[in-house]
Amino acid sequence: MTRFWTPWEGRPRPHYSGLSALLAGLGRGVYRVAAPVVRHRWFAAPVFFGVVVLGVVFVWLCGLFNEAVLADYPVLRDLLVVTGLAIFVSLVPVFCIWWERKVAGRMQSRCGVMRVGGWHGWAQSPADGIKCLTKEDLVPDDADPVLFRLAPYFALTPVVVAFVALPFGTYWVFRHLEVGLIFVLGMLGVEVVAVIMAGWASASKWTVFGAMREACQMVSYEIPLGIALLLPVMTVGTLNLAEIGNAQAGGWHTWLVFRSPFLFVAALVYFITSLASCKRAPFDLPEGESELVGGYHTEYSGMRWALFFFAEYVAMFVVSALAVILFFGGWNSVLPDRWGEVLGDGYLARAVRGVVFGGPLWFLVKSFLLIYVQMWLRWTLPRIRIDQVLYACVQVMLPLAMVLLLGHTLWELWLPPELIAARVVNVILAVIGAGLLLAALAVIIRSRLNARRLVGYLAVDLLPGA
Amino acid sequence: MTEISLQSQPDLLVDYDRGEQGDVDTEELLINMGPQHPSTHGVLRIVLRCDGEMVLEAVPHIGYLHRCAEKIGESLQPFQFIPYTDRMDYVAGMNQNQGFALAVEKLAGIAVPPRAQYLRVIFGELNRIASHLVSFGTYGLDMGAFTPFLYAFREREMVLDLFEAACGARLTYSYLTVGGTTHDLPEGWVDRCLEFCDYFEPKIDEYNDLLSFNHIFVKRTAGVGVVSAGDAVRWGLSGPCLRGSGVRWDLRKALPYDGYERFDFDIPIGRPGGSDRTVPHGVVVGDSWCRYFVRMEEMKQSLRIVRQALRDLPGGDHIVPKFKKNKTVKLPDDEVYLEVDNPRGQVGFYVRGDGSAIPARVKARGGSFCNLSITSHVVRGCLIADVPAIIGSIDVVMGEVDR
Repeated sequence: MTRFWTPWEGRPRPHYSGLSALLAGLGRGVYRVAAPVVRHRWFAAPVFFGVVVLGVVFVWLCGLFNEAVLADYPVLRDLLVVTGLAIFVSLVPVFCIWWERKVAGRMQSRCGVMRVGGWHGWAQSPADGIKCLTKEDLVPDDADPVLFRLAPYFALTPVVVAFVALPFGTYWVFRHLEVGLIFVLGMLGVEVVAVIMAGWASASKWTVFGAMREACQMVSYEIPLGIALLLPVMTVGTLNLAEIGNAQAGGWHTWLVFRSPFLFVAALVYFITSLASCKRAPFDLPEGESELVGGYHTEYSGMRWALFFFAEYVAMFVVSALAVILFFGGWNSVLPDRWGEVLGDGYLARAVRGVVFGGPLWFLVKSFLLIYVQMWLRWTLPRIRIDQVLYACVQVMLPLAMVLLLGHTLWELWLPPELIAARVVNVILAVIGAGLLLAALAVIIRSRLNARRLVGYLAVDLLPGA
Repeated sequence: MTEISLQSQPDLLVDYDRGEQGDVDTEELLINMGPQHPSTHGVLRIVLRCDGEMVLEAVPHIGYLHRCAEKIGESLQPFQFIPYTDRMDYVAGMNQNQGFALAVEKLAGIAVPPRAQYLRVIFGELNRIASHLVSFGTYGLDMGAFTPFLYAFREREMVLDLFEAACGARLTYSYLTVGGTTHDLPEGWVDRCLEFCDYFEPKIDEYNDLLSFNHIFVKRTAGVGVVSAGDAVRWGLSGPCLRGSGVRWDLRKALPYDGYERFDFDIPIGRPGGSDRTVPHGVVVGDSWCRYFVRMEEMKQSLRIVRQALRDLPGGDHIVPKFKKNKTVKLPDDEVYLEVDNPRGQVGFYVRGDGSAIPARVKARGGSFCNLSITSHVVRGCLIADVPAIIGSIDVVMGEVDR
């Protein structure tokens, strides 16, 4: 995008008054400031990354500050953390929407978003947000007036509130809840109410269909999800998410997913059931079904629809975060924490130890990796029909989860981690896991090297003006 | 607007069951998959009567895209009517042109030069590939697989580039006209076409791995919408819908036109699940998967035909030399009906001349029109989610249904 629409002098202008005039003036001011930044390509990318780096540094400083000083000022600490969380929760969908479109484009042998914002369309998400804000406030005539307007907030609020108990690091959690896991699961479950409300209140047969399918699907898949999550809880012995994360601080092989073959499979079961709980493909019957237009959010447009969208991406992050904390080592890196103690105790040493051996960086990297896998599956697999979804849940996932629970109970009973046999299995599973990861890396590298032959020239050669 | 439906006025409420099972009041739902819908291919309206998820009855309402093409044919000369045939089945424009041109040539007794015949075969088969790519892509899209759609269109870009080089248009070609083709091939076109054939052949296997044998896709489409061979013949199905039910009937073999008897190719038909290790288990002859897979295999056969035709392409005129200057044809006082095998079914053109250059009546028999009629028969007892599966496998283009 190299030129902007330049308005001519005598064009008919809408006349705003009052609050609208204020908002329009603000918008015009923002446009005048932001347009030069957005217009020049070489300027935009450094600005973007500079903002990201500054944000990370700021959060890091807040963390140090928090730990050292703010323990005595709980209200101030709470305010800071809530602000940080609110900003993070807003940025996750903004980033993920752009990333999803790029991932989708790359997998479909095209470039994805390229235009809005110069460098690979980084400004597409904010632009979409502004567009949604300025859309007409459309409520169908037959729609239930209260429930229709209330439903998007019922969808977004619980997943945001789930961050209260979600730790990003040992001390990076808003509240150390002893029942953290149950709290998060409960919050994810409230989404069902929002979906049913949205579907019913829209007063359309298609939306009711979507809502009922979604209710069936989510509620059914909560059961194997919960059972699969019981396994790591049983292993560590607590529902406190921070403690479960800390139990995996010894390096790659101490991650709970490699502790026993039952946990290995439970991670997979959890991942699949969490896809169904997030209504992501291949379980996206309720929303993206070709015969239901949009399912339960067909009648929503503008900011209300955007809130449903946000809720979906934040829920994706929450379930990925849960998987990371409970199975994949939480915020710990692949290196054991003990190795970090050689660095000493200065500020720099603490900072390096924080970055390399733990801290939110690894947590975010792993969560976003799992989100990438979710996106990958969405753009590869077709949709499953509702009866097949429920068949898979009740006749495959549920018995499997129960067998895993029983098996792992017996494993913990007869093969505690001190025994050689348990250690051998642990190492074998860790090696298998490392092998899978390296194989995935090899596939990615090979496909990047052979992109032109595999994917076609349209995804490799950027057209002029891109 | 006139709605054309099966009976004169189907009364959907005649046995509307306000049933009561126990103390729960259960009703049947009347749902409208309206003319604007992401997965009805074009402006098709289907009214479903369902009991929960299960469809009891479906009535398609068509006519939203009717443009009076046949009436217009009564006021235009045949070579002027060719563009209207393009717009009927707009995805397979070359084959539509070919059908109408053949009908007029048979009526007027025109013999086309051999190069023109080979060119028609090449372009017809390339358009068959392009049309089946659209069908494959949109069927994946209906089933929720977003990616094969873009791969199909990436390949289609190459075919459309070839077409654009030959005739200047990407969708509505009007290239195969009465007497031959409007232009000859540009320089280097044959080599480009062979390049495309070499590039595309392994892609079909790739798409089979990606979509056709994908377990989820097979579960969605196998055993859904089964049309027995007898039913298929009785309801007038044609094209891949007929061949998917196991009936070995292809006009290119049975009543060859334009020199198809010179080429060596097979006719793929639907095979039951578990046979010869390619067909997945659970597939029944005549279900949606068979109809879809027949199209994938037909693309391979089309490549065979294109290669043979390019190899044997003779020189000479690309159109009857007289028509290079003046395309007017005097139609005798006679009538002709000729069907050709289009990607979507058999398309027939009936032309009645009355001695002048302008026909007295032109009628087009749309393959999709007859294929769509099986919908109401086949969706009884299936789930709502199966309705797009069935319609996608029938591969309807509403331009051909409504004309």
